[in-house]
Amino acid sequence: MNIFVIILVLLVAFLAGMEGVLDQFQFHQPIIACTLIGIATGNPVDGLLLGGTLQLIALGWMNIGAAVAPDAALASVASAILVTLRGADVSEGIALAIPLAIAGQVLTIFVRTLTVGIAHAADGKAKEGSFRAVELLHLGALMIQGLRIAIPAGIILAVPAELVTGGLNAIPEWLTGGLAVAGGMIVAVGYAMVINMMATPKLWVFFALGFALSAVGQLNLIAMGIIGVVLALLYLQFSPEFNQGGGGGGSSSGGDPLDDILNDY
Amino acid sequence: MDEKNKVRLTKGDRFKVFWRSQFLQASWNFERMQNVGWAYSMIPALKKLYTSKEDRASALKRHLEFFNTHPYLAAPVLGVTLTLEEEKAGGEDIDNAAIQGVKIGMMGPLAGVGDPVFWGTLRPVLGAFAASLALSESWLGPIIFFLAWNIIRMAFLWYSQELGYVQGGNITQNLSGGLMQKLTQGASVLGMFIMGVLVPRWTAMNFPMVISRVENAEADMIDFAAISEAANEGLLSGDMLRNVVADIQAGMAIQPEEVTTLQNTLDQLLPGVAPLLLTLFCVWLLRKKISPIAIIAGIFVVGVIGYVLGILG
Repeated sequence: MNIFVIILVLLVAFLAGMEGVLDQFQFHQPIIACTLIGIATGNPVDGLLLGGTLQLIALGWMNIGAAVAPDAALASVASAILVTLRGADVSEGIALAIPLAIAGQVLTIFVRTLTVGIAHAADGKAKEGSFRAVELLHLGALMIQGLRIAIPAGIILAVPAELVTGGLNAIPEWLTGGLAVAGGMIVAVGYAMVINMMATPKLWVFFALGFALSAVGQLNLIAMGIIGVVLALLYLQFSPEFNQGGGGGGSSSGGDPLDDILNDY
Repeated sequence: MDEKNKVRLTKGDRFKVFWRSQFLQASWNFERMQNVGWAYSMIPALKKLYTSKEDRASALKRHLEFFNTHPYLAAPVLGVTLTLEEEKAGGEDIDNAAIQGVKIGMMGPLAGVGDPVFWGTLRPVLGAFAASLALSESWLGPIIFFLAWNIIRMAFLWYSQELGYVQGGNITQNLSGGLMQKLTQGASVLGMFIMGVLVPRWTAMNFPMVISRVENAEADMIDFAAISEAANEGLLSGDMLRNVVADIQAGMAIQPEEVTTLQNTLDQLLPGVAPLLLTLFCVWLLRKKISPIAIIAGIFVVGVIGYVLGILG
């Protein structure tokens, strides 16, 4: 393992850590983070496969309001290092990702508490009217969030390879087999989280339709996506809740002020 | 009248605010949440609008108040606030409480739109699509995910901020009207449909437990012994092979035993029925306020036990 690999891995970890709080460019999402770690360590295909699997598991991990979700950043980065650099199986990587996600969640809650101090420091600098100081404090907090993932990644890299490999080999067959089986099933939790957020009694019929089409048909995801969009548009056109009060069908679009604004814009 | 009246924010200034708004959550904290990030985003505009130290200090102070919404839906609020600040700097009588009132009034309803649309629908749908490509070892998976997400996100941030800037206070009224509700409902329809599609496709559950073994009658079986004998003696002909293929297609058995596993039975009932029940059970558990991590841990335990007992494989 040369110094170049180490720098690249730490850089990806740092990016993932920053995105874990920003939630903008999505470098913390498994499909991006694991793939990048795989490229950095020279095992891109393993990274890609791990990323794809973890992405399905993490579908429902979202920060809503002040609630902090399990951390995809540490889960992706650390398990991708173990899989692509230390020879763990993808199924072992998935099993390890879960406790790592909780550890990452604890770390980000810790940093988010620490930044209360930064907010107070910013108050002080604001009194002096110093834009520069407020900017530096803000970006400093971002650096801490980056280090939140980069430091654990560095620790995993520092542990001797033989030790990690020895530890992985010591896992008995019944456990690895069982974890692989469970790994195939836990994506259901991700689906359930997304469903739980959106489901209203009226919307279950669309879930049922999607399931039926998918279970017995051969349509690929693009075709399914098109069907889904068509259903959504039809629902908006025909559902009585969006067509109340208007005399005819035309009034629903004509009466919407934002539609007009968007058209002019 | 005085010089200040003429200060207007240019497109360039607004672009700087847009760019910075991507770092809104960098110093997210449990006390005032996105407050420092909000001030950080506003700084390019405040710098231009206020020149004296006192003005700058009071502007910073009023933008360090509590703020928290969906990180993308902050964009229209920023747009509206830019207009307000522009007017305030131009001498209009707008007090701090009014500006904070607009921010607080908008953030709640907007977060209620952003969460189901971006986190609940767009990211899971795009993520699942990309993951399916990645699992077939296609590099398009991560590439499409990254590009599509960021193009949509940046376009949304810029245009909704501009819309807020042009519309000013009117936007609140418009946003709380029909369009937002339509967007949320439409996204939820799409999201629920796609979740239904995903459940049987990528949940891997297999029950290899054998339910029955039936021996095939000799007449229903392809006579492999005769073929290998013919091959050894050099008598194997194209016609013989053709007959074998035809027999297989006609439904003749290859194995001496017909093994039916629990999985075969379930597939006959309805393919994907086990993942469906598992998913619905997980939804039920979530509604009972059981944490997702606890459910995942439970599935690991079930997986290991099921594997050891030979029920799952």
